Amino acid sequence: MTSSIVSIILAGIFTDNMVLSKFLGICPFLGVSKKVSTAVSMGGAVTIVMILSTAVTWPVYRYLLAEKFAYLQTVVFILIIAALVQLLEILIKKFLKSLYKSFGIYLSLITTNCAVLGITLLNFTENYNFVQSLFNALGAGLGFTLAMFIFSGVRVRLEASNIPKSLQGLPITLIAAALVSLSFIGFSGM
Amino acid sequence: MAKNKTLSYFTNGILTENPVLRLVLGTCPTLAVTTTFMNGIGMGAAATMVLICSNIVISLLRNIIPQKVRIPAFITVIAGFVSIVQLLVKAYAPSIDKSLGIFLPLIVVNCIILARAEMFASKNSVLPSLLDGLGMGVGFTVTLAIMGLIREIIGTGQIAISESLTIPLTSAIGIEPMLIFILPPGGFFVFGLLIALSNKIAEKQGKKAVENIGCEGCPVKDCCSAKEEIEKEEEKND
Repeated sequence: MTSSIVSIILAGIFTDNMVLSKFLGICPFLGVSKKVSTAVSMGGAVTIVMILSTAVTWPVYRYLLAEKFAYLQTVVFILIIAALVQLLEILIKKFLKSLYKSFGIYLSLITTNCAVLGITLLNFTENYNFVQSLFNALGAGLGFTLAMFIFSGVRVRLEASNIPKSLQGLPITLIAAALVSLSFIGFSGM
Repeated sequence: MAKNKTLSYFTNGILTENPVLRLVLGTCPTLAVTTTFMNGIGMGAAATMVLICSNIVISLLRNIIPQKVRIPAFITVIAGFVSIVQLLVKAYAPSIDKSLGIFLPLIVVNCIILARAEMFASKNSVLPSLLDGLGMGVGFTVTLAIMGLIREIIGTGQIAISESLTIPLTSAIGIEPMLIFILPPGGFFVFGLLIALSNKIAEKQGKKAVENIGCEGCPVKDCCSAKEEIEKEEEKND
């Protein structure tokens, strides 16, 4: 049991990295990675939302939907995530002012983040039990944060370098992402 | 004139406002499923169907949905159509369902669809919305197909049309395929070069190159509190 949990977390961070090998959550990966501090805050917010939405969607699907209403999975999951994110944002804004400043503002960006919906769906395609699912979400969130952190570091360097005109902006960012992704492939072996 | 205008709703999505290359929306499926040509077509077709249906319904409901809850309402409509398409694909094209996997239900959060609902269908009548959905869908499909084609030819040296029919190309003349192109880094790399190419073409036509995506491209930017805060934060750090 513990060994499977450790391997789930390690897989989430390195070999099956959310962004760099599963291509989930590319929008924030490219959009909010200009500064290291913003990137890490965004990663933290995604991690927390992933764990919370897994904690809610797993029992809802297993005990309410799985028998008769499996086809409602997509609709119910997206509504749960959207409601949860809104609720969390309101609560943090009201009670934890300082926390809201550091990462609460990113919460409304997360509603339509495919990494969060993706992880709640993947828990079922991988047949994880409740505890495994929670750790899967934790691993994926940490992996997302790690990718954001590394990539924002690369981008800071990128801004200071001399780039051919056609490649300026998004193209060079994507090529840099290709190189970062290449390094993560090393974890799973070629 | 009227006819030209109607037609422009359609061609808009394919050329001038290509959702992937010009608006940079829907990057996740673009990178993830384009390992083969047929996957690109399958994903494109599924998203096009959802896009057309949701554009029609949202356009019909545009005067009924209250402004404040429009985004949740749009997402619910989109999720409904995604479930329908998911069931159809599972029943009639199980091999596509298998290769697209989790990315089929993830059409719900594909920003192209939400963006068109927010930017176009909620402001226009049914026929233009239908044509806009069709044009955007075709533009998305064509771009995915081209990317899939490039990655599959370089990465495997052949094109697989179906399980029994594969057309050998470079592998037939003894060129070693570069496996890296069908792995994740190849996706980022080919996409980067395609954007560079489309920027170059846009520049020749006197249009602006696409900037780094940030809040501007996000479909929910108008009802999002993060935008201003992030900008403030970034200014402060400068």
